[in-house]
Amino acid sequence: MSRESIPLPPELQMKPTILLSQRMVAPGVYLLELKKLDEFHAGQFVALALEQGGISRLYSIASGTSEDFISLLYDVKPEGLLTPQLSKLKKGDRVFVSRPFGSFLGDQKPAWWIAAGTGIAPFASMFFSGFQEHKTLIHGARTLDSFYFEKDFLPVMGERYVRCCSRETGPGIYSGRLTEYLRGVGEFPKDQKYYLCGSVEMVVEVRDILISAGVSYSEILAEIFF
Amino acid sequence: MNKETLFGKKLTEIQELVKQAGFPSYTSNQIADWLYKKDISSFEEMSNVSKKIREFLKENYEFGLVGHSKVEESSDGTKKYLFPVSLRKFVEAAYIPENSRNTLCVSSQVGCKMACLFCMTGKQGFQGNLSAGEIVNQLRSLPERESVTNLVYMGMGEPFDNLQAVLDSTEILTAEWGFAISPRRITVSTIGIIPAMREFIEKSRCNLAISMHSPFEEERQKLMPIETVYHLKDILKVLQDYDFGKQRRVSFEYIMFRGINDTRRHVNELARILNGIRCRMNLIRYHKVPGIPLEGSDDDTIYDFMEALRRKGIYTSLRQSRGVDISAACGLLSTKELVKMEAPDF
Repeated sequence: MSRESIPLPPELQMKPTILLSQRMVAPGVYLLELKKLDEFHAGQFVALALEQGGISRLYSIASGTSEDFISLLYDVKPEGLLTPQLSKLKKGDRVFVSRPFGSFLGDQKPAWWIAAGTGIAPFASMFFSGFQEHKTLIHGARTLDSFYFEKDFLPVMGERYVRCCSRETGPGIYSGRLTEYLRGVGEFPKDQKYYLCGSVEMVVEVRDILISAGVSYSEILAEIFF
Repeated sequence: MNKETLFGKKLTEIQELVKQAGFPSYTSNQIADWLYKKDISSFEEMSNVSKKIREFLKENYEFGLVGHSKVEESSDGTKKYLFPVSLRKFVEAAYIPENSRNTLCVSSQVGCKMACLFCMTGKQGFQGNLSAGEIVNQLRSLPERESVTNLVYMGMGEPFDNLQAVLDSTEILTAEWGFAISPRRITVSTIGIIPAMREFIEKSRCNLAISMHSPFEEERQKLMPIETVYHLKDILKVLQDYDFGKQRRVSFEYIMFRGINDTRRHVNELARILNGIRCRMNLIRYHKVPGIPLEGSDDDTIYDFMEALRRKGIYTSLRQSRGVDISAACGLLSTKELVKMEAPDF
């Protein structure tokens, strides 16, 4: 049976779009904006490739649903097959994206959003899509310049936005890993959802903390990097 | 600088390096024969290869076989082997002897990125991919290798998150120039990374197993974060669209969790979604992972569930739990204690 005989699921079929802008937001971390092709739900992601049929990777959309662009936050993997070239692209260049897909979806219900590093992206999308009410946002990062979108989050979320920095200190910043912060929380609301996004190490450790604090695993929704 | 390893190279790669070095083309088959069909562990032992070529190989390559550094034996005869891999990391492989079938369960990654709630490997995070040679080495360096009848990629890691090495390794295992094992005796298990699964189906003739654990999207995504990315219904669609023929097998793995996925509602939904897919269902007892609020279904429930599925026309079996006392059973492999953790990014 030929390769073409297994149809690619529609959400993974790639279409060309135009890069609108790209900037480095921290050393090795970029925010790029692409012309939006399809509507999406906050929390979804797209597959992105530099050429049709080329190597693709999944990236959470970081922008709000009402924008006419989609933004993607990514860090460059020096040994990677896609991000080193992606970071060199300029306004007007063409890339290929899939339809947005995935079911790590934001809504209006009270919840905790817990992210590490660029795992903040789906929560940024939820925030910019108007789901920030009744949310607690915990963001862990190594350095102070890695609190992406903090200028947007701070004035709106105030004390419900906690930045945990493991290697540097600064005003208003919890000094330590986000898991240390969470261990100090004590009581977690049992009637809320907990959304986790980050590396497997972060997801597993945070999930263990929440479960040992009495949160039901069924209230925990995780998105992993892979 | 570390030399490349020769063990784990496919015939086409050996042909290329032989060509580049200016040696006669027939040398490639001789080298493959020594690597994969003969019981040697050094270039010097390649007795029908010229001294000049052996010197060349020795100068430019490591042979690449690595013996186990530890073995534990279960009261049921299962053995768990610890194999060193690159960068001072380790993986486990489980040798599971039965009457007429001796299965080797191999790892494809050090750790795993998939964070399934019920899996011990996921708890150690991800430390790296294995090369094709490191995967095949788990068979080649196994003391019982001659008695292995079946191989399953169900050890540490998600095989389709390391697809190229897995494809290369299955090619080496099944090719006539390699180990010449029938692909019907090799099963690769995945949680369902769809693009890689499609490629595997097209490029390999080995059997495919899908970790399902619930037929319901909302329940499955609480057990397996991958469900938020690739949905079970889309995995099934890919399987429905492909003719696996009469020989190649598709199976579903289903760990039985008490009160979570072992009800009549689950039986009915399984029957509905598997309609039209020629497959078998492997029920697996849950082996408790510390700190995880899941319990295994009791035996009565498991047998009832199995019978109910059979009555629906689904070929169903219950996998024997093997090696539980040495943490070699399904979902328990881990080298977490041997992992030197890097500073996390959170």
